[in-house]
Amino acid sequence: MLKVLFFGQLKEIIKTDCLEVELVQGDKQLNTVAMLRKVLQEKGELWNEYLAFGKALVAVNQEMSSDDTALKDADEIAFFPPVTGG
Amino acid sequence: MSHFTHINVQTQDFDFAHEYQKLRNSSNSDGALVTFVGLVRDLNLQQSVSGLFLEHYPAMTNKVLTQIVEQARSKWQLGSVSVIHRVGQLNVSDQIVFVGVTSQHRQSAYHANEFIMDFLKTQAPFWKKETTEQGDKWIEAKSSDTKKTEDWS
Repeated sequence: MLKVLFFGQLKEIIKTDCLEVELVQGDKQLNTVAMLRKVLQEKGELWNEYLAFGKALVAVNQEMSSDDTALKDADEIAFFPPVTGG
Repeated sequence: MSHFTHINVQTQDFDFAHEYQKLRNSSNSDGALVTFVGLVRDLNLQQSVSGLFLEHYPAMTNKVLTQIVEQARSKWQLGSVSVIHRVGQLNVSDQIVFVGVTSQHRQSAYHANEFIMDFLKTQAPFWKKETTEQGDKWIEAKSSDTKKTEDWS
């Protein structure tokens, strides 16, 4: 099971702050961030638009990551818009 | 009396004089102490701002800030470093962020302070939502901030 978190405007747009995703989906396994991103984008039009590569950054286990970052069971993956602190 | 790294993310305000004294008291060998304080402005892109809500990713924020300070320490010879960032609801003119750096000579403290702020703005997982007369509005990241981070490499 993967724990997926959303922050900032993305969280408000898709009205979701947290969900769990099975690592194994039917006959395939979500081996990378890119594969997880694709599964999430299929959840609806807004998900598709706002989770797109370049629009949503990603962190795996609280480290900034990229689409080719490998995933394993119990990982925490967060998607969020570019940060605006300071 | 010894050098330290202090990192804190908090809802409550911070006392500049107190933070300054802690940095100042941490060493007698440092001749420079540079501080930066970020404040909530009342205007952003022509809309009148009445307040700011700051969200963050608690499990990640401290980690990233710690890494940024470690990077700064690897580039310059620094004494003590203090980074405080507030989250939650803030009002116009409230303090948002404090960065304080000490070093033997001013150059390192100046550079490191700016480096920490530049990376905080593009790497640390904070998001600002403005309260304006036209309604709430999430602030968009600025490409000029990304460029400032890239300029360091």
